[in-house]
Amino acid sequence: MTVQSWSILGAVIAVSFGAIGPAFAEGRAIASAMEAIARQPEAGGTISRTLFVGLAMIEAIAIYCLVIALVLLFANPFAH
Amino acid sequence: MSSPLVEAPLFTLGPVPIAGSVLTSFAITAVLATASHLLTRRLSLHPGRAQAALELVVSTIDGQIRDVLRRDPAPYTPLVGTLFLYLIVANDLEVVPLLHSPTARLETTMALALVVFFSVYVYGIRANGLRRYLKHFVEPTPLLAPIHLLSEATRTFALMMRLLGNIMSHGLVLAIVVSLAGLLVPVPIMAFGLFIGVVQAYIFAVLATVYVGAAVETAPAPAREGAT
Repeated sequence: MTVQSWSILGAVIAVSFGAIGPAFAEGRAIASAMEAIARQPEAGGTISRTLFVGLAMIEAIAIYCLVIALVLLFANPFAH
Repeated sequence: MSSPLVEAPLFTLGPVPIAGSVLTSFAITAVLATASHLLTRRLSLHPGRAQAALELVVSTIDGQIRDVLRRDPAPYTPLVGTLFLYLIVANDLEVVPLLHSPTARLETTMALALVVFFSVYVYGIRANGLRRYLKHFVEPTPLLAPIHLLSEATRTFALMMRLLGNIMSHGLVLAIVVSLAGLLVPVPIMAFGLFIGVVQAYIFAVLATVYVGAAVETAPAPAREGAT
């Protein structure tokens, strides 16, 4: 296999496996937020704002994987 | 497929290459600045429609900042509001034919993240004084100073990458869908892209507020609930 093939494989693995963790994490976060809002609807504003910021933090992990995949595909330092 | 990480310059102005995203970015800035100037030129106590709409926007941003920081939002509204309004326009520019979001490019998001990075120091030093602000890097022990510095760098990097990744990857997905089924199928995805753009603008603005607020609060303050 050439460096290009390995890079494509690496990009696929990075995105597909990198999406699993954040997906579970976002699911848990949203589920807990739903529960909290259902218990205390008057705190909904604060909870959803914190939820958004937290989701952004979690999502950053998936985006790092995407960035690694893009670097492998388009700016690979090992393939010329 | 062309690389989303580099952009070919449109033309060179002397030694400086000018890319399309820079032009779009300048155009957005010019439009927003002109509109703000025109709208705020004749403010009256009995607002017309335009002024009422503008006041609604500004007071909403004020309210959000007050909710996050629990203090007077006046010093932070110029920074956060400008970032938010610029990002809403820039992120959602993708739906305008022939135009592309400048935030789908690394340079724009890097510049925005650097703005936040330096604003944190400006606000922090202005609120606490240089000595007290620098002192928070060696608290609780000087051993943690490298971690503090590392977190300053990584959170700026994350701010840049989050915005870039969301906007650019949406463009990529859209391009793939268009190449598979060009008619009508991409429309709901483009509508979802509008939503993503607004949410990312909101998140960027809230994170900028939180970072600046944390820098202002470096002084040993009495414990309060909901602090990050």
